[in-house]
Amino acid sequence: MLRRTPLYEEHKALGARLVDFAGYEMPVQYTGVKAEHQAVRTAAGIFDVSHMGEVFFRGPDAEAAVQRLVTRDVSRLEAGQAGYAAVCYKSGGTVDDVLVYRRPDGYLVVVNAANREKDVEHFREHTTDLDVEISDESDEWALIALQGPKSAEILQRFTSADLSGLRYYRFVEGEVDGLSATISRTGYTGEDGFEIFARPEDAPVLWRRLLDAGATPAGLGARDTLRLEAGMCLYGNELDEDTSPLEAGISFAVHLNKTPEFVGQAALRRQKEEGLNRKLAGFEVVGRGIARHGYPVVAGGREAGVVTSGTQSPTLNKAIGLALVSPDVEDTFEVVIRGRPAEARVVPIPFYKRER
Amino acid sequence: MSNVPGELKYTRSHEWVREEGDTVTVGITDHAQEELGDVVFVELPQVGDSFGAGESFGVVESVKAVSDLYAPVGGEVVEVNEALNERPELVNEDPYGEGWMIKLKAEGSGDLLSAADYEKHLAEEAE
Repeated sequence: MLRRTPLYEEHKALGARLVDFAGYEMPVQYTGVKAEHQAVRTAAGIFDVSHMGEVFFRGPDAEAAVQRLVTRDVSRLEAGQAGYAAVCYKSGGTVDDVLVYRRPDGYLVVVNAANREKDVEHFREHTTDLDVEISDESDEWALIALQGPKSAEILQRFTSADLSGLRYYRFVEGEVDGLSATISRTGYTGEDGFEIFARPEDAPVLWRRLLDAGATPAGLGARDTLRLEAGMCLYGNELDEDTSPLEAGISFAVHLNKTPEFVGQAALRRQKEEGLNRKLAGFEVVGRGIARHGYPVVAGGREAGVVTSGTQSPTLNKAIGLALVSPDVEDTFEVVIRGRPAEARVVPIPFYKRER
Repeated sequence: MSNVPGELKYTRSHEWVREEGDTVTVGITDHAQEELGDVVFVELPQVGDSFGAGESFGVVESVKAVSDLYAPVGGEVVEVNEALNERPELVNEDPYGEGWMIKLKAEGSGDLLSAADYEKHLAEEAE
């Protein structure tokens, strides 16, 4: 039996196409991926991301626990600030990629839905000696992402929180339309926007308010094309238990000099000293065809890696992708599309950057 | 409910066939394009290629998914819709018209469904 988010009935009413995603019945699209993608790039879209997991760390050793579990130095976060981080195995492989929110009463770690149980188990296993309460409160929260250049204008109509003063990766406890909510200036689209944590029973009202205010409902299909254009990793594609955050190109979220050390820190330091075996490359397909997850990469006649994500970019109207390739791959390589090599050109990540 | 023109024949894999003498025109149905979503790429064979009935003759890709195209009847490709190289969205906009894919010089007849049987097939799939 698939699980449903508090917004399930809203998706049905909007005629969404629902699919199984991480055990949840989730909207993959409402009207069409391209139109929803475009709405987020040019105006505002709303996504139901209530399937994401919310794990709270409370107690005297909450900070010590989170420090041990994630790659970022969270002691540098101020209360009201969030940071992107990886969770690693001792091997340096990745358990998950997460957002860490520093709250007045502890830490909130937002995890991928598919990894929730595995993460909580990993968190507990590595903190048995600490005085911390690790609480999976995923079912007590709905999460709505409002993304796009018109997001602030739309949301400001419904909240007394001063959004113009809320910087990127900051969050505030407040209300939206009189309903208590945490408003976070974060997202997974490469646009300005907010993620709104609300009580499950309040979520349908908030959802409808934002729709009525002009936000376009957007599904997981658009979420994926948007994040890929923005060069953001997806766990299970760019990151997995055999891939380190350094290989996947998120070293900005890894503080290798942290003390005390996080799980996997020694392995990652060694990787860095000895040189990485793989690196993440952004590419465009030069000829015809679309590269997809799992397609082989060939360079100089030899196998040189694999495509981790690929799609036709709705904004650029080109086939783009990310690939884990050997470190000596430089400007070009070939992607094998259904048995035929197609030329690909390495381009900077992100593929798309919004004007600020 | 998706559009199923009465004068065409169909496959269980959601291709349509228009028969004109021994030449057949092939495309994908309205239901298929709806299921796929925004079509962004169509890979078609070359004129002169031959396929057996049920063999894959190409690929249609939406933003999210890759789907094979299957030859409804065997035969030699006599024409391909070059317009789809530049405008794959024609498959969504006009699946039975400008979104056609290939024309085959048919050799024998495939196991094709009438419009009524295809509608029945769609209803069964929806269950």
